[in-house]
Amino acid sequence: MLVSAHIAVWGTSLLKLLAALLLLIGFAMLAQRRLLTLIHLLAWQGFVLALGTALVALLTGQTELWYSAALTLGLKALLIPAVLHRLLRRLKVRGDVEAVINIPTTLLLGIVLVIFAFSLAAPISALTGAITRGMVGIALAAVLLSFLMMITRRKAISQVVGFLAMDNGLFFAATSATLGMPMIVELGVALDALIGFVILGIFFFQMRETFDSMDLSHLERIREE
Amino acid sequence: MMLILLTLACAFVGIPLLGLWGYGRPGGWIFVAVNGLTLLATLALAGQVAMTGGFTAAHEQFVVDDFSMLLVLVDGVVGFSTALFSRGYMAREAAHWQLSRGRMRLYHVMFQTFLFTMLLALLTNSMGILWVAMEGATLATVLLVSLFRTAEGLEAAWKYFILCGVGLAMALFGTILLYFAAQRVLGSGSQALLWTRLDGVRGQLQPHVMAIAFVFVLVGYGTKVGLAPLHNWLPDAHASGPSSVSAVLSGLLLNVALYAVLRTKVLVDGAVGPDFAAHLLMGFGLLSLLVAAFSMLRQRDVKRLFAYSSVEHMGLATFAFGVGGPVASFAGILHMLSHSLTKSAVFFSVGQAVQTAGSREIQRIHGLLEHSPVLGWAMMLAILAILGMPPSGLFLSEFLIITSTMHAQAWATPLLLLGLGVAFAAIFPRLQGMVFGRSPWTHGGPAPVTMLPVFMQLALVGLLGVFIPVILVQWMQHAAAFLS
Repeated sequence: MLVSAHIAVWGTSLLKLLAALLLLIGFAMLAQRRLLTLIHLLAWQGFVLALGTALVALLTGQTELWYSAALTLGLKALLIPAVLHRLLRRLKVRGDVEAVINIPTTLLLGIVLVIFAFSLAAPISALTGAITRGMVGIALAAVLLSFLMMITRRKAISQVVGFLAMDNGLFFAATSATLGMPMIVELGVALDALIGFVILGIFFFQMRETFDSMDLSHLERIREE
Repeated sequence: MMLILLTLACAFVGIPLLGLWGYGRPGGWIFVAVNGLTLLATLALAGQVAMTGGFTAAHEQFVVDDFSMLLVLVDGVVGFSTALFSRGYMAREAAHWQLSRGRMRLYHVMFQTFLFTMLLALLTNSMGILWVAMEGATLATVLLVSLFRTAEGLEAAWKYFILCGVGLAMALFGTILLYFAAQRVLGSGSQALLWTRLDGVRGQLQPHVMAIAFVFVLVGYGTKVGLAPLHNWLPDAHASGPSSVSAVLSGLLLNVALYAVLRTKVLVDGAVGPDFAAHLLMGFGLLSLLVAAFSMLRQRDVKRLFAYSSVEHMGLATFAFGVGGPVASFAGILHMLSHSLTKSAVFFSVGQAVQTAGSREIQRIHGLLEHSPVLGWAMMLAILAILGMPPSGLFLSEFLIITSTMHAQAWATPLLLLGLGVAFAAIFPRLQGMVFGRSPWTHGGPAPVTMLPVFMQLALVGLLGVFIPVILVQWMQHAAAFLS
């Protein structure tokens, strides 16, 4: 598929904008206290990701990427957030997210992580194609920000949101560095993600049954002797 | 060529079968039968590899060579004996915890899925599918760890899920970078992740990218190997799940994860030079050995004790591959094999002992020999073997690792000896307490048939320590040569 030079220029800038948005949503998640909003942010992140993937598909003419864009839209922007939303209702999780360290400190740590990610990814970015230059750094930064979120949050659901955001970051890394993994691997990864999600659902209900709560502070009984 | 697919098919067919009938008496027997067939298929595969050497199948999507063959064999043996053990053991656990039919079915299906993903990880040629299989193995075992639905089990499973999930995410990022480096040489498409192709062009892969990729892969799969400082999930997961699950976690999962690291190491060595990966492996290995040895001193729970012992042994094997050279790599492979067989035997006997005593606390377990000589001897021999007493294969491998370390990396020898000594001091006195003394229980002994797998595997470990069959020696030498 050939695109005119005009579209290519606009497309590349648009892609940069989307990448920046992805990172911003990562920060917004770090700062967010309410679980419900957190899930909405996750859905937005999935949507931006799908849009970005579709744009890369358009610019590079890789047909396989269209499939992954569709898959991302269905799975990460719609299905998973919707299920999480329902889960939240059915489990009647209430209250705000309890962070281990306060939010301004978390955000500062996040900035440090982004700088680290960019310097680590610099040699790789130099080798990527013109369209996606510099995006590996953003992807790695998004992954690290989700790590940070998983570490600093107490509630099981917010850890899962962090987990899924990390998945989004990895997917973005695959798209921007290598224009997507081979189809069979991508399908395998998607399958694993789906099964993992189902297992998590089962797991939540088990937790609910046993602890009557979704707060992970109940889960601190195993102590090193 | 068909034998690879046959092996995988044997393991795969078990999943739906157990999904339908995986409870009660028939469930246990189907589980045994499926894994018996899988073992036969792996033996046939080994026969073919012995005759023709390694080969690929299905358009290079699957591969078997000397290194993976050794691990596939161990996989077959441990899978089969675990199924044998699980039949009697789980019947008693099910009665104790009042597990429903559905729960037993879940157990069998997840267990079989895990065994299938292990074989898939070893036999696939694609580094991408290898990752998918490792992730599948994690997912399959999460619900096994929390099978009894105790608070402790749920916590352990959650920790396992999150830590290993994060680890595997790192490994995926590493795999993406690997693909990125391969793309510039092999072009896009699934052939660029095929290990055999990558091996052919490993000198041309971009060194900078490969170095970063290896760090991510090592930290990622290293989490699953149980390398410190990311080993925290391992003792919890081993302690909370059924002992049959602990046996395969230690016996199969850790090995396969290390296998994934080593496959990547071969590629990275070609691109970056051998020192880079070697130093990282030595550092992580030594750290794990020491951390685990000192943690063992503080353990009061018998399953946690041996879980830390797994960290210690995997650390030692990782260190050996870091030292490199034909002798140390040979010892590393031998260590992986012997550790798998021995540690699963240890968990079989420990599982039985915990059932007898009704507690996992070491202080509550005593007088096993008087209570049941079969169980007492099984436990004593298994634990002596894991301590590296001759004629266990672990004695031979540890001896080789120490001597080659003295030769190549003399500075590390005292640390190595310190770790091994502390580990010995942590386990040996407790063994005496558990096995000797007066038995407080007078009623009912454990069914002796379930101790058969222990003796079977210990016999194999003894064989590895005294007389390794020629063909295995050849495979190990070839594998050692290609790893270093």
